[in-house]
Amino acid sequence: MNLALDIFTIVAVTAGAFFFLAGTVGLLRFPDVFTRLHALTKADNLGLGLVILGLLPRVDTVFTGFKLLCVWLFVLLSGSVAAQLISRAERRRETRP
Amino acid sequence: MISVLDAAPVALILALGVWTIVARDTFAAAVGFIAYGLLLTLVWVRLSGVDVALTEAAIGGGLTGALLIGAATRLRTTEAAARAETPGAFTRVLAALVAVLVSAALMACVLALPDPAPTLAPEVAANIAVTEVGNPITAFRAMDTLLEAIVLLFALIGVWSLAPDRVWGGRPGPRQHADPNGILAYVARVLPPIGIVVGMYIFWVGADHPGGKFQGATIIAAMWLLTIMAGLTDAPPISRTWLRIGLVAGPLVFIAIGIAGAVSAGAFLAYPDGFAKPLIIVIELALMPSLALILALMLAGAPQRELHP
Repeated sequence: MNLALDIFTIVAVTAGAFFFLAGTVGLLRFPDVFTRLHALTKADNLGLGLVILGLLPRVDTVFTGFKLLCVWLFVLLSGSVAAQLISRAERRRETRP
Repeated sequence: MISVLDAAPVALILALGVWTIVARDTFAAAVGFIAYGLLLTLVWVRLSGVDVALTEAAIGGGLTGALLIGAATRLRTTEAAARAETPGAFTRVLAALVAVLVSAALMACVLALPDPAPTLAPEVAANIAVTEVGNPITAFRAMDTLLEAIVLLFALIGVWSLAPDRVWGGRPGPRQHADPNGILAYVARVLPPIGIVVGMYIFWVGADHPGGKFQGATIIAAMWLLTIMAGLTDAPPISRTWLRIGLVAGPLVFIAIGIAGAVSAGAFLAYPDGFAKPLIIVIELALMPSLALILALMLAGAPQRELHP
């Protein structure tokens, strides 16, 4: 059982780290603001989500697990809002020559 | 033995520090400084200084970063002109010399520190039970906290003093007009109730774990600023009596308890036997609203709109 949980953690956290890496590469390599935002939000949503999913079997109390989930939800919220605001500002800048 | 995981943030911090200094664009340098603050937070966590890490993330990265970005945006129009006038060779050599001297003096000081460093940790650990507070930083930071609060108050007065006479007493910053059905207004409605609960939780948990009024106040101030930025509320005019009372109430309660300690327990900020925990709670409770007001108003900036236009 413990071994299965260990493997689960390793796989999930590694997958999360992969999404962070991919998001960072996208942020550096993509040509404009919108595609960069797309890359960045993938890192936030999936990367952090997988890392936290992998850490859930490690927590001692249910409350700590709840806090971890809250962290993910708040990052999701702030990430999506920031992405909206940035892309809106960018579109406004594009339409105004 | 320094592991790769420890060496990586150190190398990144050094590189970011250099980049922040050499970056020509003020805005880019400010962004670099924020990233620097966040990396520093990681280092504090690694050093098990979670209290310091929380403060660094909130004040060093967040608040200072927002202030710097605000300053950089204001400087944007005049930046090209300022960059055009390069200082003479003599000024540059002098500046480099002074910088090198300060760095050398700092390095000498760090190298001259006694090893092991003098510490009060054993005494703190021995006396923590008397205060009935679990987190030594909350229990024994009386003088530091008082001075921090007063420094912030002075900083706010400094910010306000930049206002021209005609708008003195008016509302800080421009009136924000965000789309009332937009995403910012939505977050400004959804997040503050959660943020206030998290802020109070961090304040309360500070008794036994990392946290406390400073970190809690930062979160509550951020929630207030969010509603102001979304145009749901307006920043209050700085001449409001309730605002002035709120700003000084925390430090005044703190000083009053300090003087009471000087009378009853024989030293400034000494707590009489058995009253340590209630008094610490009173101080923290009184300081938190004042700190939240100070931090939010500092970000809101100097008054820009007349009280009676």
